[in-house]
Amino acid sequence: MNFNKIVEMDDISFKYDRETVVENIDLSIERGQFLGLVGPNGSGKSTLIKLMLGIVKPDKGTVKIFGKPIKQFNQWEEIGFVSQKANSFNSGFPATVLEVVKTGLVSRIGAFKFFNRKHKEKALEALRTVEMEEYANTNIGELSGGQQQRVFIARALVSDPSLLILDEPTVGVDAKHVTAFYDLLGKLNQDKGISLLMVTHDIGTITEHATHVVCMNKTIHFHGASEEYKEFDDEDLNRLYGHSVQQLTHNHDHEEIRP
Amino acid sequence: MIESFIQYDFLQNAAITGILIGLVAPLLGVFIVVRRLSLIADALSHITLTGIAASLLLEKRVTGINELNPIYMGMVFSVGGAILIEKLRKLYKHYEELAIPIILSGGIGVGVILISLADGFNTDLFSYLFGSVTAVSRSSMWTVLGITLAVLTIVILFYKELFVLSFDEEHASITGVNGRGIHLLFIIMVALVIASSMQVVGILLVSALMTLPVAAALRIASSFKQTIGLSIAFGEFSVIFGLISSYQLSVPPGGTIVVIAILVLIMSIIYKRVRNQLYIKGETV
Repeated sequence: MNFNKIVEMDDISFKYDRETVVENIDLSIERGQFLGLVGPNGSGKSTLIKLMLGIVKPDKGTVKIFGKPIKQFNQWEEIGFVSQKANSFNSGFPATVLEVVKTGLVSRIGAFKFFNRKHKEKALEALRTVEMEEYANTNIGELSGGQQQRVFIARALVSDPSLLILDEPTVGVDAKHVTAFYDLLGKLNQDKGISLLMVTHDIGTITEHATHVVCMNKTIHFHGASEEYKEFDDEDLNRLYGHSVQQLTHNHDHEEIRP
Repeated sequence: MIESFIQYDFLQNAAITGILIGLVAPLLGVFIVVRRLSLIADALSHITLTGIAASLLLEKRVTGINELNPIYMGMVFSVGGAILIEKLRKLYKHYEELAIPIILSGGIGVGVILISLADGFNTDLFSYLFGSVTAVSRSSMWTVLGITLAVLTIVILFYKELFVLSFDEEHASITGVNGRGIHLLFIIMVALVIASSMQVVGILLVSALMTLPVAAALRIASSFKQTIGLSIAFGEFSVIFGLISSYQLSVPPGGTIVVIAILVLIMSIIYKRVRNQLYIKGETV
């Protein structure tokens, strides 16, 4: 698909139980970008992702994917999604890693067709990319949190998406593996040319890796290149999105002290 | 035993029907259990009873209706109940499980009234509650065969969609799977299989055939396909030996089938324990 803008969100607002969660948001994701989406707790980051994927419908505004209104969009294999929930799925589910990864191909295969050897090869290849091939026949519940996260990324990658969306993927993954995780994302973005959108709390680390940063709290407060974002000092941040940011920048310092 | 099997049609009907439901009940049961819908099977079996009671009443009170096979009315009520459960689940978004007691008690309540009106508290009713080796007619057997073939075809055709929906409902919606459609299709299949199973296992014990073999398989299997295979194997084992012992001991097959399924479950729990112990020993040596 040769569309430069993968996602276009135009003037999006959404209320949940009469409380405004997302307000007047314009956001587009272009091919090749690695976009970090940051903001305090309850700032509507996850809701924005759900709006983007059509899981919830906006009260106002339009979402287009590859130029098509979300309602008409049906090439879901182009979008890989790793949800926050991937950390808390039913870990007693009787499925192997390979079976889970193959579900990422359901959209590409289409209705009334079956999984075949080619799909298995494809799933193994995705597992190789995330360095989890040796666990293909292991029960998904027996893996550690970080390993499961990699499996869910493999599931999102298996259909060769143009855009990979990750909702707080590093929650519950220990610091040592977080570095390896960002290396993996960098590889996907630079070597495979996959555009990335990553929701995170971790402002410090994301600005090191992402090409662009979006900072939101109901509305967008900053959208630009990571370099520009780094020039912001604490005062700017405070002004931009309220006192909660104190805590965030504090976390940020904390991250850097970590060996 | 074999002689009487060849001699009596009713034994053939019961055996063939038993083997068919021993296949489809655990097959759908795997999806029911992993989606945490086990109690829906119970609710649907109770509303099937209402259908049977309605059928008995019609036969008794309306002239011109004779020899009405209650299995059909049971299916109508079971499918109706399934659709109603879905409506209720949508109505009580934050209390989805409420739909189950509503349908379950409603089914029994209306059922008891209808049975009473039909003067139906007799051995017939007993065989619907706990199953019977003698009550399965040839026409029921053909109906169950038709349902089995339909369910097998649908599960094979929609295997990947059913699997995605079971593993991760949210992910299903962004893989373009029509979750609502597939779920409705699934719940209707469950309703039909429950009505099909009732003559052999009995209404009160139908859900056991959908959950116990799966519970045993879950202890042992590592993949989803393995879980399905083992569940069917355990289901068939329970049905076949349950029917034989039911015939030999002259007790309702529902009881013997469930007892055997529970024995299989206990064995699988012990097997897993022993295997783990051996594994730990192997590690430390």
